[in-house]
Amino acid sequence: MIRLLAALFACLTVSVVLVVAIINRSLPEGNLPAQVAERLPETGVSHAVTAVLLDFRSYDTLLEVAVLLVAVVVAMALREAQPDGPDRMGLANPLLRAVVSWLLPLMLLVAAYLLWAGSSMPGGAFQAGAVLAAAGVLLRLAGVGFNWMEHPMRLRVVLAAGLAVFVAVGTGCLIAGRAFLDYPPKFAGSLILFIECAVTLSIALALVSLLQLAPPQEDGPLLPERRRRFRK
Amino acid sequence: MSVAAFYAWIGVGLCVLGLFGFIMHRHLVRRLLAFNIMGSGSFLLLVGLAQDDRGVDPVPQAMVLTGIVVAVASTALALVVFRRWFRVSGESILPEDV
Amino acid sequence: MNPLPWLVVLPLMTALVIFLLPTRWRAPGSLLAAVFLSLISIYTLVEVIRLGILVHALAGYAAPLGIRLRADGFTAVMAVLTALVTMFCAVQAAAYLRGKPEEEGFWPLLWFMWAALNSIWLSTDLFNLYVGVELLGLTAVGLVALSGNAQSLAAAMRYLLAALLGSLSYLIGVALIYGELGSLALSDLALHGIGLPTVLIALVMMTFGLVLKTALFPLHGWLPPAHGGALTPVSALLSALVIKASLYILMRLWMTLDVAVLPVYLAWILGLMGSGAVLWGGWMALRQNRLKHLVAYSTVAQVGYLFLFFPLVTGTAATAAVLAWDATMLMLISHALAKAGMFLAAGNLVFAIGSPRIADLAGVCRFRPFSLLSFGVAGVSLAGLPPSGGFNAKWLLLQSTLASGQWVWLPVLFIGGLLSAAYVIKVLGHSFIEGPLRDHFRTPPLTQEFSAFILASASLVLGFVSQVPLTWLRIGGPFAGGG
Repeated sequence: MIRLLAALFACLTVSVVLVVAIINRSLPEGNLPAQVAERLPETGVSHAVTAVLLDFRSYDTLLEVAVLLVAVVVAMALREAQPDGPDRMGLANPLLRAVVSWLLPLMLLVAAYLLWAGSSMPGGAFQAGAVLAAAGVLLRLAGVGFNWMEHPMRLRVVLAAGLAVFVAVGTGCLIAGRAFLDYPPKFAGSLILFIECAVTLSIALALVSLLQLAPPQEDGPLLPERRRRFRK
Repeated sequence: MSVAAFYAWIGVGLCVLGLFGFIMHRHLVRRLLAFNIMGSGSFLLLVGLAQDDRGVDPVPQAMVLTGIVVAVASTALALVVFRRWFRVSGESILPEDV
Repeated sequence: MNPLPWLVVLPLMTALVIFLLPTRWRAPGSLLAAVFLSLISIYTLVEVIRLGILVHALAGYAAPLGIRLRADGFTAVMAVLTALVTMFCAVQAAAYLRGKPEEEGFWPLLWFMWAALNSIWLSTDLFNLYVGVELLGLTAVGLVALSGNAQSLAAAMRYLLAALLGSLSYLIGVALIYGELGSLALSDLALHGIGLPTVLIALVMMTFGLVLKTALFPLHGWLPPAHGGALTPVSALLSALVIKASLYILMRLWMTLDVAVLPVYLAWILGLMGSGAVLWGGWMALRQNRLKHLVAYSTVAQVGYLFLFFPLVTGTAATAAVLAWDATMLMLISHALAKAGMFLAAGNLVFAIGSPRIADLAGVCRFRPFSLLSFGVAGVSLAGLPPSGGFNAKWLLLQSTLASGQWVWLPVLFIGGLLSAAYVIKVLGHSFIEGPLRDHFRTPPLTQEFSAFILASASLVLGFVSQVPLTWLRIGGPFAGGG
């Protein structure tokens, strides 16, 4: 009951406050879209959203790639602290296998296309990474294992690649006497594509490994005597 | 009212709906879902409000893209922590005291 | 060379390298890199003192199209403080975590945390601050969860839910401001945003989110289990630095929107919540029977003092505002040093007696006098006894209260001081009891004891040289001419 009252009170306050804020809005002073359009030719890409993501506000994107990596690092550390049983993920469903073998090439193609299209149309590293990750998840559900993912070092290198390439390109600009992430105009387009490729791979792998790093279904919850080991 | 303003109002509605669910529910997965609804609401608000007066604006669109990835990462981390917690405690809600 | 981008780039690079190194190399590698980053932080401070405000336009675009890094005195001192605290927590952690399963995850997360903190100190863009806050929040949650037992996972989950709600509230504020101004740069906010009703509501939303993340009473429920239950170096880092990040953003926002014209009632609400925190946090600290939870509740109390800043600068006379600024800055630094030292010392004591309970401290004064000394020294500063940074801060706060005529805060300061002295003495009292004789105390490594002592005594030394950092902190700040 108290919960309900608290929830109603919070919702009422927030909705009133937001409605007042939106109604009282005045016309904005700045005109950022015009500035974006004006400087778009310097970025080496022709799609404005990609230009904002990877050039004008590339620093945000860099930190965001770091956020995703942090989530994976934490998930890895938690598995270290609380080891899992053998992973038997995969549904014993022959239909899923059959469909995946049809879908997989198509998904890879779509991912590659989205990545390539990002420079001139809606698309880009995140969309491509998400499609690639979906392909990986389907594969896992179909019970196809990735042997090379069992190798911790290889897994880490690919996970870190996106952020590493991003930081390395930025630092390269810095060492060359420019601002951080201020790409030289001649190479801007290819550098952005390079960063996007690495980021796509890392994002896809990060999403797949987050799925894999949660404890498998068969493992939980622990029986009381095993559970006590983790209770202080 | 432009289409963008419509989005902004829907965004407000989703924020409030999500907030209600976030406070009301105790099951952690439901609270996470409520958080995601609230997140979508604030993204709609961000894009809709900006595009209401100025037409298409790539800056909030890019920011929402960033925000979505951040929200996905947070949700994934929360689910991993939740699964681990469920595994050692057998509970799907947090202990009320502490 | 402009040091600003390196303050973020170097910790990110180190995080990646550490992530790829085998576990046994992670601690030495981190310590080596920490020395470098500390030197860069100090260099930044030196440059700020020499040249004034430093800026760096990322990606070569001026704000609001691009994002600008900016360092004034406040930023530079926070960067150096971060370096100092993290450095000694890392030295402690290197010994404390050796051979534990948590070692592997701790080091990369420590570096991501440092990167997130530096990015927050330097950022001048509202949305970029959101990303920085999220990076910091997820890292902190990960550090709390690291042990993987039921207690720490529940604490991490609770912390994560609070952090997520806080960031969304902040993000809604960002959306409102962008809709209103069409820009996210703090400089544009200062130019066009003052006095607009929508911006004010956005400020309220953002303030709520940040206050939740700073664990201000009565929104502090997530803090004691998270800070009290984490690994010792993690508790120290969270209490000393992480909660300061959201407070830092909050102070920046208020000063950007010109404290002279902001509504006084809003500031008073924060001040009253702060007073509640001082009293409730102190009282709860006194009632804890576990040592680290006592220290965690003491953080809840100390955060309260920092929020007295808002009523004391909003719409008050310039002299009172300058005093309040100085007091809050000094309180912030001395709390960071003293609390980090106190958590490390508490961790060493817990390690020595092999029990988290205060009652089991009986007799420890004979066997681990050095750890107890560090705890006491940190306690002197937290309780505001002379000579210490904490004492000078409270003295300035008292003067500001008098100068502004806001007598209401006087009893809060007085009772809060008594309560904090009481809970420090409670711990010391238990350790001097010649209780049931124990013949076995474990000896923590010397580096562990020294890092606690250095941090704790730094807060004491601050009491003698308070004027120096205060002069630095005013560089480029809103109260540049005063004092």
